[in-house]
Amino acid sequence: MFDIDKWQEILATIKKNKMRTFLTGFSVAWGIFMLMILLGSGNGLSNGVAANFMNDAVNAMWIWTGETTIPYEGMKSGRPIQFHNQDQEIVQKVSGVGASSGRYFMGNTRYSYLKESGEYTTITCQPELKEVENLILNEGRFINQIDILQNRKVVVIGADIKTALFKDSVALGEYVNVNMVPFKVVGICTEPGSTRNRNAYMPLSTAQMIFSGSNRLHNLALTIDASTLEESQAIEEKIRTALGKQHKFDPKDEGAIGLYNKLENYIQTMKIFQAIKIFIWIIGIGTLIAGIVGVSNIMLIVVKERTKEIGIRKAIGASPSSVIGLILLESIMITTIAGYIGLVLGTGLMEMINYFMMQSAGPVSDQSETIFLNPTVDINIAIYSTLLLIIAGAIAGYIPAKRAASIKPIVALRDE
Amino acid sequence: MIRLNNIHKSYVMGNNSLHVLKGIDLHIEQGDFVSIMGSSGSGKSTLLNILGMLDNYDNGTYHLSGNLISNMSEKKAAKYRNDLVGFVFQSFNLISFKNAMENVALPLYYKGVPRKKRNQIALEYLEKLGLKDWANHMPNEMSGGQKQRVAIARALISQPKIILADEPTGALDTTTSYEVMEILKDVNASGITVIIVTHEHDIAAMTRQIIRLKDGRIHEIIRNGELKQFQKDYMKELETA
Repeated sequence: MFDIDKWQEILATIKKNKMRTFLTGFSVAWGIFMLMILLGSGNGLSNGVAANFMNDAVNAMWIWTGETTIPYEGMKSGRPIQFHNQDQEIVQKVSGVGASSGRYFMGNTRYSYLKESGEYTTITCQPELKEVENLILNEGRFINQIDILQNRKVVVIGADIKTALFKDSVALGEYVNVNMVPFKVVGICTEPGSTRNRNAYMPLSTAQMIFSGSNRLHNLALTIDASTLEESQAIEEKIRTALGKQHKFDPKDEGAIGLYNKLENYIQTMKIFQAIKIFIWIIGIGTLIAGIVGVSNIMLIVVKERTKEIGIRKAIGASPSSVIGLILLESIMITTIAGYIGLVLGTGLMEMINYFMMQSAGPVSDQSETIFLNPTVDINIAIYSTLLLIIAGAIAGYIPAKRAASIKPIVALRDE
Repeated sequence: MIRLNNIHKSYVMGNNSLHVLKGIDLHIEQGDFVSIMGSSGSGKSTLLNILGMLDNYDNGTYHLSGNLISNMSEKKAAKYRNDLVGFVFQSFNLISFKNAMENVALPLYYKGVPRKKRNQIALEYLEKLGLKDWANHMPNEMSGGQKQRVAIARALISQPKIILADEPTGALDTTTSYEVMEILKDVNASGITVIIVTHEHDIAAMTRQIIRLKDGRIHEIIRNGELKQFQKDYMKELETA
């Protein structure tokens, strides 16, 4: 197979037939190029959306209260439900629940430090909230269990609050006045995927005591241990039942408590992306088939065009196998090189888009709401597609080449 | 050298069968210079193609250099063609994207001669035919006579036993035709059997044996004394023209 003279003969033929070479090569390179872009875009889109879900724990769940809509155990509908501290304990006991935290919102609390002041949202919570909301601590620590037990007056402030009140000076360890009550700053945090970090976090117990929240809660944030839609719905069901028993409402009552199950959404969205991926593959395979048809067509024409040349070669002593070899190796060489070019251009373009996106948006952790992330293609898929085209081109060349090589030279010579 | 025994050949075209050769018996010795004449449709090209193993025959036997040429594989036929036969065609049949030297060298490629060596040999043959300066020209840059000389060089390079020429002067003017015939005479003088197909009497008159075909059969074979008369007739015709 490796015979320098043979390759020189093929190279000479390619050099003298540039248009034919270009057309064959182009259809292969284009097919691979388009496939790379399609698959890359699909991957980018799906990676981007998946990354957005990572802003909070993927398995997060939020529960809030409402009014009953179904009469239950003799009570009329329209009865408001109020969460209390023990609801968090009830939910925590439900099997399948990971971390959980009650939350008590204090809207528009006034924060001041020296001459600077501003109104921000205070979220009072338990240490587990950090896990549920994937909070990132830039400095210091988050609320811990001792803060809760000792009703410590500590606060974790969002990065924007720190900038507004403390400017460039150190905030950690300083005291800020929250509605005129001094709190010690123990941490500075950011929320992933958010450009506004204007929330402050405070121990639930402290806030309930100081700001007369008694033992009320606004909502519950928790994580669940489930990997499928069915599992997550089962846990949801159990939570509804447990809370329904406590507050005396029908577990089927959608109005009594509201429940946002992120995992459910995540799984559903990923299903959509699965479908989009399949769709992209169908288009991709279609593109490949178009490429294969293109190569086959050109090979048919090439063999037809070369019939007379084949006749001449046979008249001066070329064996059928050498004629087939000549045509096939030429086709394989062109499709291989062209496929490689398409591969490099396609992946190159996607890598370039990726690079510029990184440049403009910063590293992944700082980006908010990307819909396009890491739009690259598995190199194996790229290589297999190229191989497929090469093989298709070879088969498409082989059939007519074999026919042309086996006809009588006199018939081939007569061909004009 | 060449021994044909009752060769039959017909072409099937749809429902019609065209019986072209109806029993040819022929014996050609090594070193002969033969022309095959006949009106169109007499089967002269078919006969040449069978002699050159470009086409097969239906019945009879064909021995070439003592080998029976019959229903052999294409691979074997290619080998015989490469070793024994050189072809010269009316339409030259040069490969258009190769220059003169590469065209001449091509038969040696199929003999497995290395590139450098075969190009050098090709140059020698081109020089013999007075085309050294045209070695790097493409066929479309050359005149008909030059192209035919390139084709002859290509036919000679594999040192064949026989040169088969199908209307070698058919596409050339008279002067060039005579030049090509002079070359073929020289080739024959070096001991190679030359067989040409022609319908021109003056061209045939330059050979040493004329086989006239008529309706797929050998009508007459002109040689020796009769040939002298033939030559005299047609040379005269030429002078008066």
